[in-house]
Amino acid sequence: MTAPVESRGYVHGEVLVSTDWVADRLSDASVRVIESNEDLLLYPSGHIPGAVQVDWTLDLNDQVRRDYLSREAFEALASRIGITPETTVVFYGDKNNWWACYAFWVFQLFGHTAARVMDGGRLKWEQEGRPMTREVPGYSATTYKTRERQDGPHRAFRNEVLAHIRAKGQLVDVRSPEEYSGARMHMPDYPNEGALRGGHIPGAKSIPWARAINPGDGTFKTAGELRDIYLQEQALKPAEPTIAYCRIGERSSHTWFVLKYLLGFTNVRNYDGSWTEWGNLVGAPIEK
Amino acid sequence: MLPATLREILDTFALVSDPADRAALLIDFADQFRQVPPHVAVPPFPKQRRVPACESEAYVWLVPQADGTANLHFAVENPSGVSAKALASILTSTLSGLTPEEIEQVSPDIVEQIFRQNISMGKGMGLMAMVQAVRALARAARQR
Repeated sequence: MTAPVESRGYVHGEVLVSTDWVADRLSDASVRVIESNEDLLLYPSGHIPGAVQVDWTLDLNDQVRRDYLSREAFEALASRIGITPETTVVFYGDKNNWWACYAFWVFQLFGHTAARVMDGGRLKWEQEGRPMTREVPGYSATTYKTRERQDGPHRAFRNEVLAHIRAKGQLVDVRSPEEYSGARMHMPDYPNEGALRGGHIPGAKSIPWARAINPGDGTFKTAGELRDIYLQEQALKPAEPTIAYCRIGERSSHTWFVLKYLLGFTNVRNYDGSWTEWGNLVGAPIEK
Repeated sequence: MLPATLREILDTFALVSDPADRAALLIDFADQFRQVPPHVAVPPFPKQRRVPACESEAYVWLVPQADGTANLHFAVENPSGVSAKALASILTSTLSGLTPEEIEQVSPDIVEQIFRQNISMGKGMGLMAMVQAVRALARAARQR
């Protein structure tokens, strides 16, 4: 039995909510539940009643450049899912909330801080036998005005990573140990998405993302357990600038969430270029 | 040569270009999926029946019949395995009742034709592995 979210000792525990919390707010107009998955068939096959879908490729990525959506596109998305800047958005999804954390992270680029992640994601909701529906809700379009996207506080680019290496900054490689060592260039059972070189960014510590969760139900480990891994065992310092990366930035947004909110790291960014950029970048330093 | 019933399904998918409509079609197939009947196998299923690289924990059986044909059965243990259930449902409904020689003709290319943009990163490999597993079983049955 996993300890209740409130009793796990997280630094900013308010961003993580339980399935109970969500179940109690299904008809609360100030809360919008958002499902973000890797598998596009899951939402239409059944989702939390009232939940809308935000897809990482179609909704959050620019459709031409490798980048995130523009302010105008974010405003249009927010309008479509019927939220205002005051709406509390709660993300959940498959794959232990990888894409939920990714969507949460993109929403932070636009300063939507009234955001939560549902602990355990879709897996836990299903395991608990809670209601699912195929009915797609229709919300009235809202007017949502925000500022330009601000990448700086949350997102790292390749030149910043290079400077970070020179400054001996903290880097966390959240991929599998085989990807870190360069033995393979993609996740086990996933296709190679085109990295020419294997290995890791010099100085990066290998802390696979999955170490942060309880595999049985996808919930996050307690703050004490997380400190044992990230602070004691790996000697990361919460006050030092930290950059996390993986292959395209989805698994590392999960670790970004853990470091920033659950452990209270004060300066942590996600390098979404990750290995699909670094492993192809001419002249980029690589360690094996 | 693909069996006519499978050809028809592929033709249908080729005609439906809207991603939401394709998803709905796939979910219809997933809804028709029936787990392997108890007279063929009961859980826990043996490891050698498990499709490698398939995260939906799919298992497959090919049961030869007295008339020289064979029936296919699948088990999909992951409740989120909607794609695996859809493909299993398509394979069992179109290939069961054919001879192992005919079943062996099925190609992993059908995965691309059926799922197209509905295929997520890790899924393609597992789904193609399901088709490969069917082929391997058909080949073994033919050589027996």
